[in-house]
Amino acid sequence: MTKYIIRRIVYMFITLFLIATATFFLMKALPGSPISSASKLPPSQLAVVEAKYGLDQPIPVQYAKYMLNLAKGDLGNSFQFKNASVTELIMNRLGVSVLIGSQGLILGVALGILLGMIAALRQNTIWDYGSTLIAIIGISIPSFVFATLLQYWLAVEWSIFPVGLWKDGWMSSILPSIALAMGPLATASRFIRTEMIEVLSSDYITLAKSKGANGFEIAFKHAFRNALIPLITVLGPLAAGLLTGSLVIEQIFAIPGIGEQFVKAIMSNDFSIIMGTTLFFSVFLIVIIFVVDVLYGIIDPRIRLSGGSK
Amino acid sequence: MKNSKLAWLISLLLFVALFLAACGGDKEESTDTTTDTEDTDATTEEVATDEEQVLNLIMNAEIPTMDSALVTDAVGFDLLNNVNEGLYRLNQDNVAEPAISDGEPTISEDGLVYTFTIRDANWSDGSPVTANDFEFAWKRAMNPDTASEYGPYMMDGVIKNATEIMEGSMEYTELGVKALDEKTLEVTLEKPTPYFLSLMSFGTFLPQKEEFVTAQGANYAKNSEAVLYNGPFTLANWDGTGLSWQLLKNEEYWDKDTVKLTEINYDVVKEPGTGVNLYSEGQKDKAPLTGEFAMQYAADPDLIHESETSVFYFKYNQERLGEKTPLANVNIREAISKAFNKQDLVDVVLANGSVPANYLIPKDFTFDTDGNDFRDVNGDMAEFNADEAKAAFEKGLSDLGVSELQIELLNGDTESAKKTGEYLKNQLETNLPGLTVKLKEVPFNVRLDLDTNQDYDMQIAGWGPDYQDPYTFMNLWLTGGGNNKMSFSNADYDKLVSSSVNELALDPEARWQALADAEKLLIEEEYGIGPIYQRGLMHLQKPYVKGIVAHPFGGDYSYKWAYIEGKN
Repeated sequence: MTKYIIRRIVYMFITLFLIATATFFLMKALPGSPISSASKLPPSQLAVVEAKYGLDQPIPVQYAKYMLNLAKGDLGNSFQFKNASVTELIMNRLGVSVLIGSQGLILGVALGILLGMIAALRQNTIWDYGSTLIAIIGISIPSFVFATLLQYWLAVEWSIFPVGLWKDGWMSSILPSIALAMGPLATASRFIRTEMIEVLSSDYITLAKSKGANGFEIAFKHAFRNALIPLITVLGPLAAGLLTGSLVIEQIFAIPGIGEQFVKAIMSNDFSIIMGTTLFFSVFLIVIIFVVDVLYGIIDPRIRLSGGSK
Repeated sequence: MKNSKLAWLISLLLFVALFLAACGGDKEESTDTTTDTEDTDATTEEVATDEEQVLNLIMNAEIPTMDSALVTDAVGFDLLNNVNEGLYRLNQDNVAEPAISDGEPTISEDGLVYTFTIRDANWSDGSPVTANDFEFAWKRAMNPDTASEYGPYMMDGVIKNATEIMEGSMEYTELGVKALDEKTLEVTLEKPTPYFLSLMSFGTFLPQKEEFVTAQGANYAKNSEAVLYNGPFTLANWDGTGLSWQLLKNEEYWDKDTVKLTEINYDVVKEPGTGVNLYSEGQKDKAPLTGEFAMQYAADPDLIHESETSVFYFKYNQERLGEKTPLANVNIREAISKAFNKQDLVDVVLANGSVPANYLIPKDFTFDTDGNDFRDVNGDMAEFNADEAKAAFEKGLSDLGVSELQIELLNGDTESAKKTGEYLKNQLETNLPGLTVKLKEVPFNVRLDLDTNQDYDMQIAGWGPDYQDPYTFMNLWLTGGGNNKMSFSNADYDKLVSSSVNELALDPEARWQALADAEKLLIEEEYGIGPIYQRGLMHLQKPYVKGIVAHPFGGDYSYKWAYIEGKN
C-alpha cells in the first residue's frame, strides 16, 4: 500500500510537469499579447514593457525561468491585476468557488443517489419515470439557464434569496449551489439506477433474498455499496468540473470565484494566471483521482492496490 | 479488518469536509468584516444631510490597478477621475477647467512653456499637494522600470524629451516637467499642443506623492490603503482583486463643499441580466442595458441615453500581406461605403442608442472656442445611397476587369458583432450585385493579430478618443502610422493632419479647418474608411439620482456633482 502511494505521488509530479509544459507552450502560441495597449505603443516602448515582464527573451528561456520559479512555488504576477501575485489572486477567489462547488456536489450527489435508488427499486413505475425525467432535465438544461430561472423566481419574484453578490454570507451561496447541483444530480441518479438494477438481479442478491434478508437490508447493505463504484469513478472529474465549470454561475450571480478568472485570463492573455489556474485545477483533479483510486479498495475489496509489482 | 477500512474511509471524508469547511469559513469571515465596516461608516455619516446621500452602482469589470502610471482600462481611469485630481478636470459641460491648478497657467509666447500655480489642496493623509508630486508622477511614468504603457503613449511628442526617453537616448529624469518650488510647476512641450490643457485632466497626468510611493514600494496601489487620494472621494474596502469596493467622500478635498454624496457602493456585475434584476430589486441605482435588454426596456420611464464617443467603421485594407486587394480601388471603396442602410442598423440590429455615423470625428466630443461642435463643419459624408453605390461598384468592377468580387469581412465574435456583420453582409450583397461577402468572425485577440499583420480584406473596427481633440482620430491614418494597418496613404491628408499639430497649432480656426478638410478627404474623396455608427449606451437610472456627469474621454463619469433627491 505505502509503496503504491509513493509510486502514485511520483506519477502525480510527472503528470503535473507535463501539464505545465504543454500549457506553457500552447499558451505562448495564443494570438495576442498580455500587454493591453500593445497596439497603441511604438515598438521601442513595447520592448521596454516586454523586457519588464521578461517577454523579450526566447521562449525556451522563459520556459526554464518559469519552471524554476514554479519549483520554488512562485507563480509570478498577474498581467491584468498589475500589483497582484497569482497565488494571492487564487487564494482570494478560491474559497467561494470551493464552497459553492462542494455544496453543489454534495447536494447533487445525495439527491441523485436517492433518486437513482428510488428509480431502481421501483423500476418501471411512475417513480422511475419521474426520476428519469428529472435526470433528463438536469442533463439537458444548461446550468446558466437554470441559474437564470432560479434567480428570477426565487430571488426577484419571491425574494427568498439574494439576487446575487456575495454579501449575505451563506445565503448568497444557496442559489449558485443549487444551480451547480443539477449536473451531478442527473449524472449520479443515472449511474446509481443502472448499477442498482444490475446488482439487484445478480446471484448474491437472490441468495440474500432466499436467506430471508428484508428489502431495506438488501438495497442498502448489499446492492448500494457495489452500485457506488462507477459513481465514485466519475466523482473526481465531476468535482473538478464543478470548480472549472462554475464560471458561468459565478458570473450570473456576480460572486468572486476563481472559475470566471480562468476564462477572463485566457481572453486577455494573462499568461501567469492561465498557468496558475491551470496548474491549480490539475493538482485538484489529480489528487481527487488519487483519492478515488484509494477509495476503490475500501469500497470493493476485490480491487487490489498493489498494482504491477508482485 | 473491515472496521479499520471503514474507519479510514470515515476519517478521510472528515478530512475532506474539514478542508472544505476551512476554505469556505475563511471567505465568510472576511465578508462579515467588510459588512461590519460598511455599517459603521453608514452610522457615522448619517448626520450630514436630511436625505441619505448614498449611491449604489454596478461596474462591469474589476479594477486592475489604481496606479495612475499603470492604468490602461476604462474602470481604472473612471475611478482615478473620482478619487484623484490633476491640474485640470472636465466640468459638467465636458470642458477642461482648472482644478489643482490655481487658475489658468501662464503660457510662453511660443506656446511651449506652461507655468502652473498649485492651489492649496491636500492629500487624503492631510499633507499638501505640491508641484513636486506632479514632476515625480510624470517622470515615474516615463521611467523604464515602471514599464508604463500609457505614460509614454500620452507624453510622446507632447512633453519635451518624452520621445528620446522612450527611444532610450535620454534618461527619464530629463522629461520636460519641473517643480520650480512647492507651488510652481513648469511644463515644457515638444511643440505647441492645442489640446494640452484637456490632456491635463487625463489619468496619466495625475500627481503622486513621492514619499508615499517610495515608502510603499512594491505594495503601492495594491489595495485601497496603499494609495493616496486628492480628489472628491477616497477609495475604501478594495482588496486589489475583489468584486466590490466603496468610494467615500474625501474630507481633505479642497472643493469638498461641492461634493454631496457621502458614499458610493460598487459591485462588479458582468451579466447584464443580473444587473437589471439588482436594479429592479432596488439594490442598485443604475444598471447598464445591453443587447436584448436594451430592446426590452426601450419604453421604461427610467431609461436614459448616454452618447459615447467611440466610432465604428469599415477599415479597407488596400494591401494584404504585400499584395494589392480589390479595395485598393477607390470606386470599390466608395461603393461599399454607400451601400448599407445605417439607420436600420442602429434602429433594428443594434437598438442600443447608437446613431448612424457619416463621419469619423464623433459628435458631442470636441468644440471650438465658441462652443460649436466640430461636427457642424463637415456635416454628413458618404451617406447611404444605393444608386450611387451601385454605379461606383460597376465602375470599380470594370477598372479591375472582373464581373464579380469576393471580399472577406473580418469581424469580432460577440453576439452583437455577429448580428452587425450578418446585417452588413446582407446589405452589401443586396445593393451591390456581383459582390460576395465572406464573414470571418474571430475573437478580439485574433482580430488584433490579423490587423497587425494586415491579413484581412476589410474589417469592422472602432476607435475611442484618448484626448479631446480631432487629432486623436485623424492621426490614425497618417502614412505609416502605427494604427494605420491598411496601407492608406495620401500626401495631402498627411500634410493637413500634421499641419494641425505643427505650423497651425497656435491658429485655432485654420487648424480646425485643416482637420475638417482632412476628414472630408479621408471619407468623401478617398473613401479610406467607411463610417458605420457612433456607439450609444443605455442605462436604467433611478429618477432620484441626479447630477452624474458622463465624459467623452478619460474617466467615464464624474460623481463630484451627483446627489440623491426625492428618494424617500
